[in-house]
Order: sequence, then structure tokens, then C-alpha cells
Amino acid sequence: MDGIHDMGGMHGFGKVEPEPNEPVFHAPWEGRTLALNRALGYTGIWTIDQTRYGIERLPPDVYLSSSYYRKWEIRLENLMVEFGLIGADELKAGHALRPGKPLKRKLMPADVPNTLTRGSYSRPASAPARFKAGDRVRTKNIHPQTHTRLPRYARGKVGMVEALRGCHVYPDTAAIGQGDNPQWLYTVLFDGRELWGESSDPSLKVSIEAFEPYIEPA
Amino acid sequence: MTHEHDDHHEHASELSEMQLRVRALETVLAEKGYIDPKALDVIVETYETKVGPHTGARVVAKAWSDPAFKRALLEDGSKAVAAFGLMNRVGDHLIAVENTPQTHNMIVCTLCSCYPWEVLGLPPVWYKSAPYRSRAVNDPRGVLADFGVTLPAGTNIRVWDSTAETRFIVLPMRPAGTEGWSEEKLAGLVTRDSMIGTGLAKNPKEA
Repeated sequence: MDGIHDMGGMHGFGKVEPEPNEPVFHAPWEGRTLALNRALGYTGIWTIDQTRYGIERLPPDVYLSSSYYRKWEIRLENLMVEFGLIGADELKAGHALRPGKPLKRKLMPADVPNTLTRGSYSRPASAPARFKAGDRVRTKNIHPQTHTRLPRYARGKVGMVEALRGCHVYPDTAAIGQGDNPQWLYTVLFDGRELWGESSDPSLKVSIEAFEPYIEPA
Repeated sequence: MTHEHDDHHEHASELSEMQLRVRALETVLAEKGYIDPKALDVIVETYETKVGPHTGARVVAKAWSDPAFKRALLEDGSKAVAAFGLMNRVGDHLIAVENTPQTHNMIVCTLCSCYPWEVLGLPPVWYKSAPYRSRAVNDPRGVLADFGVTLPAGTNIRVWDSTAETRFIVLPMRPAGTEGWSEEKLAGLVTRDSMIGTGLAKNPKEA
């Protein structure tokens, strides 16, 4: 979706302000929010792309005015209600008003160390890769209403396939509950001028990780 | 946009609102039987005390010291880091990219906040902020200036937008004057930002 989350190349957000000696969490609720998201992710009720899409669907004003973990917290409330696992009335009450539904599994303290490793997103391919390193490709000019990982600034642009990264879960379908639909993944490299025009820094190159459905021969 | 809306300026009102809101959510989820609050304690403790950029720094220091490891790291980041044995397990799709006198690499996720957690820990607030995500891809030199970094003239800039499940770590250039240093001592020169590409490794004099 062409949402506020797709920020590459936007103007007006000001300087980057690094915080010296930044703590891991700025308040205890941030750590709890991260942990809640991890614990619910472990139950297998949704994919990582469904959770990203959950953030992208926040209203733009909420997205921009909320801290990072506030977005995570609201997203978690929304998804739990959307998946029918809790009720809005229960959130309001601050207590369960009905028994929970059975989930595949529950994260127990002893299991935590084994859940910190990222899973693999590689999947068997159903067809050979269509492109190889060195191929000139053009990204498609697509504007799906749902989740995609092709950023706006890199649509309809000519670049070069730099590397093949294997066959991976396709976020565009995984985000909307339509399965892994594995697709080949490429690093595609663009000249700064192709993306930003004549005024671009001539020494700039930018790459994206592009799934095969995002690109065509150029 | 004014700074009061920046991600890292937490307001007192949001703080108390969020404390109550998260407590309510956690209570509901625990009472429904979906989570064990003790597991949450372990997760928080792990990210506060165990996972962090010290791991990535050890990887970089080894790559500086051991040419065979460096080759293996650039060939397959996940495999090389797993073989190094700093962690029980390493997730797939880790890619190391090398800074050279010709090319400086910088990592961003313009769409969300993708970051190599296992080797660098949780991302700093600025990495997830609108200013960084918007500008890294079209004004990386301006971003570097915000960090007080100026690259030598003639250095090309390569920005990697983490738009899939591949994760990137920058292998910064080894500072001059560190010949014969142990891996442990070298690791002390490797900052988090140097592994994202918004900084350089420290000079021996700064260590």
C-alpha cells in the first residue's frame, strides 16, 4: 500500500538525531511491548508480514505521532482483535471476560533462548530463476492496496541485478493470509540519478531486495 | 514536522498512557492463557543484557585479523558467523558488505525497521526514525554529516535498503596503526554505527 511507512526519499523530516548512550528501552513498557510481540509471534498465529502490514494500516497521523513501540502496542491490540483472539471490551476492562481460544503453542520461559534466532524464509522454488547477476531489469510500476516490499521510490526504475539471494516467502501474499507463494529474491542496484534525477549525488548507488514479481527485463 | 513529534521524544502523557495500556493488554493476554509473563521477563532481560553490538564487533575484529574468515564472511555471512561460535544459532540471510577506500556502505530499512538483531541487538531510535529512513537513500552524505562523518572526496556511497528478509552488516575499514593488535583489542574500535555505515571504526587514539 502507498502508505506513510514508505518513507524513502521523502523531504521535511529534519536531521537524524543520534542519542548518546541510548538505553535499550526508554521505559519498562517498551520492553514489555517488544516481549509481548515476540511471545505472540511464537504462537504461530500470524506471519511477520501480517504484523508489518498491521503497522502500515495505522492511520498516518497515528503513525507519525507515535513512538516506535507505541506503534507496536497499538498494532498488537488491533491484530489480536482482528484475529478474534480478544475483544475490544476486554481491552477496555483490562481483564479477560471470556476464556481464550486454543493456540498451537505458548512461549514458556525455558524456550526463550531458542526463539531468539530468526527463522529461515527460504523456500523450495517451483521454477528456475528468471534473471541472473548482470541482467538489466526495470521494476514494475505497481500500486497494490495491500502490503508490498517494493518501495515507491524504486518503482518503474531501471537497475541491474547484482545478486540472486535464493527463493523466499513472498511478503505480498504472506501479509494477507494467502500463503508463502515462494519467489526468487534479487539484489537490484540503481544509480542515484535513475532514482533521483540529475540533481542526485553522482557517487550514489542504492540497492533494494526485489522479489521476482517486482521486476521485468529492461 | 517539529521535533516534538520525533520518535525519541517521549512525552510524559504518552508514558503514563502507555504504561497503563500495556499493563491492560498483558493482563488480558495472560488471563486468556496466550502468554506467560515470566517468558516476557526473560525476553526483556535478554535484549537488555545479552544481545548487542558487542557480538558484531567481535565478528568484524575477526574479519580484520583472519583473511580466511573474512572471505568466508563475505561469501556467506550466516554460515561464517555460525562457525565462529559466538552464538548458539545464527539466523539465515545475513550478508556482510565491505567498506573499501573506493566505496562506503550504509544500511537502511525505508519501509520499517529491518536490522540484524542477532549481531547488533535492537536498533537505536534514530535508525527507525523518519529522518533516517527518508534521507538515507537520497542524501546519505547529509545523513553522515548529522553523525559528524565526512568521507574522503572520491568515495562512492552504496546504500542497501533492507526490503526483504536479508539482513546486512557493514564490515568497516580497519583503522591504520592497529598492526599486531589482538582481536579483543580491535573489537574495542568497532562501534555499532560503523557496522550500520553511519560511522567509521574508531582511531587507535580514541580507543
